[in-house]
Amino acid sequence: MPALLPTSGSSAPPQVAARKARTGYLLLLPGMGWLAVFFAIPFITLIITSLQVPTGASGVYAPGFDIANYGEAISQYGDLYVRSFIYAGLATVFALLIAYPLAYFIAFRGGQWKGLLLVLVIAPTFASFLLRTYAWRTILADEGPVTGFFDALGVLPEGRILSTSIAVVAGLTYNFLPFMILPLFAALDKVDHRLIEASNDLYASPVTTFRKVVWPLSLPGVVAGTLLTFIPASGDYINAQLLGSITTRMIGSAIQVNFIQFRDYPIASALSVILMFVILIVVSIYIRRSGTEDLV
Amino acid sequence: MPDKRVVEDLHLRDLSKRFGDFVAVDDLTLTIPAGSFFALLGPSGCGKTTTLRMVAGLEDPTDGSIVIGDRDVTGLRAFKRPVNTVFQSYALFPHLDIFENVAFGLRRRGIKNVKPTVEAMLELVELTPMARRKPKQLSGGQQQRVAVARALINEPDVLLLDEPLGALDLKLRRQMQIELKRIQTEVGTTFVHVTHDQEEAMTMADTVAVMNEGRIEQMGEPSEIYELPTTVFVARFLGQSNLFAGKRAGSGADSVKVAAHGQEFGIPNSRNSAPGADIIVGVRPEKMTIVDAGDPIPDGHDRISGRVVDVSYTGVSTQYLIAAPWGEEISVFEQNTVVGDRSLVGDSVDVHWAPDHAFGLDGTGIAPSAVESEPVSGN
Repeated sequence: MPALLPTSGSSAPPQVAARKARTGYLLLLPGMGWLAVFFAIPFITLIITSLQVPTGASGVYAPGFDIANYGEAISQYGDLYVRSFIYAGLATVFALLIAYPLAYFIAFRGGQWKGLLLVLVIAPTFASFLLRTYAWRTILADEGPVTGFFDALGVLPEGRILSTSIAVVAGLTYNFLPFMILPLFAALDKVDHRLIEASNDLYASPVTTFRKVVWPLSLPGVVAGTLLTFIPASGDYINAQLLGSITTRMIGSAIQVNFIQFRDYPIASALSVILMFVILIVVSIYIRRSGTEDLV
Repeated sequence: MPDKRVVEDLHLRDLSKRFGDFVAVDDLTLTIPAGSFFALLGPSGCGKTTTLRMVAGLEDPTDGSIVIGDRDVTGLRAFKRPVNTVFQSYALFPHLDIFENVAFGLRRRGIKNVKPTVEAMLELVELTPMARRKPKQLSGGQQQRVAVARALINEPDVLLLDEPLGALDLKLRRQMQIELKRIQTEVGTTFVHVTHDQEEAMTMADTVAVMNEGRIEQMGEPSEIYELPTTVFVARFLGQSNLFAGKRAGSGADSVKVAAHGQEFGIPNSRNSAPGADIIVGVRPEKMTIVDAGDPIPDGHDRISGRVVDVSYTGVSTQYLIAAPWGEEISVFEQNTVVGDRSLVGDSVDVHWAPDHAFGLDGTGIAPSAVESEPVSGN
């Protein structure tokens, strides 16, 4: 039966090719529809809101084209952007350092336990994000053993962990770790062990084999994992709120406060739009620089 | 292009590899002369690949040693051995282009100016225009040549080839066999080639070792072991053989007589490897001739009467299956030198051969039924 069907588009009669193309578009429809309703429309609304002008009444704004909202957002919250990206960047680096050896172990040494180990990686996400972050308050509490231990070592400048940037970065690292591990595992699991043998055979020591073969082949996973960590981490405010203090607030907190408490929708929207564009630019430069296009 | 250099013999001494209870390689002792093209031939699971991997350093032997020249390399890690491998899957680095794949070994050894060497090597394997392509963009045959170039450029003392042609189609495989042979002659490195394809082994190698269950059954020049196998396994695995189990019925000055199935067959003493009374008579299918039943045959030839049960025409030759009176199916190949003169299924015929072409195998402890099933072809 398969032999009777055309195997490529070029040999198919025109009506078959047309039908195939139509099937492709039909399959795209649900996804496109979803994106239109839940991304495109809200995004346009967001941009429109970010340009509205105040009417004097609290929480009521008139349509307009007030670019000044953006200027205000940047001048007022510029340092929060910087802090957000530093925290998110640090959390991404730490998550990568923790996740890579773990994913490497699961992929190369996991054997029959691979499935179970992966479930264990995901298991914490069965509990709510908020709950897990609250748990970190207990773990890092001032009187807790963790703080006591590091304080005894004299490595804590403020004598505590909770309410410092250390706690926020630790929380971010922890919360987004599974999103780093999973793509890394997927990439490492695909690395053909025979390539490692070939590299050994060609005078590469285990360390060189890692640098020249395993690491480059795992780059797609590194890129995916760092993006999946960095992007949500830079917009996150739960960790900053629950584990940090007023001096560790991130841009997510500012957006939340402006939307919910100040009801300053134009500023909150402008902050969101700026965040999106900065992330977009950072990510495109990152992907371009890491040059992984022809690996995937 | 690498010059011919002094290369050294490879010695395997009492080499064994056990995986739990399974003995993959069983006390193997072997010297592979420098500069030879050596084939390890055997069915899958016979231990040939394990042997190769131990030489490469990718597998640790349970016992024994591997010596190149007078240097014991048994304890050396793979990346420190003067040995390179052409892998069955080629194992080309997908993230590097062809040039960098070939240069990989040189760069790892800290050689600075790799360009001329790599270019010369790419020329040797005729891939110069492909230097900047990625492995994925090459055909199977081209990838295979990259794998050879990547290994050979390091001028190893021994080049190991693990079924390197297995993934290629028949025509390309023939072409690559000639190509590899040419390259080997040109560079003079010792090639150790693992294969299950007996024709490939015979075409390419100076010396063939037939392996079975972790041991070497027989070793020698291809023509030598084909013409005169010394075990049932070799007689069967390297080409086809018709085997008749019998008993020694008389010994002359030059030949022995073997009684089997109520008949007597002669074997020259020089071609009989059976020491005792149980002898298996072997005759290669192409050494046999078919005549109509009762027709005269040359003096001194041995004869079996039978009935044609199958005829397959293969172009160069016609292959017949003839049922002997005792039920065994005898395989006979006849060159198609005459147009239209073929026996048909159901014909009664006589098969005859010169006893000088028969060989004798030790039949001690081997049940006749074990050798007289229908002839098994070795691929």
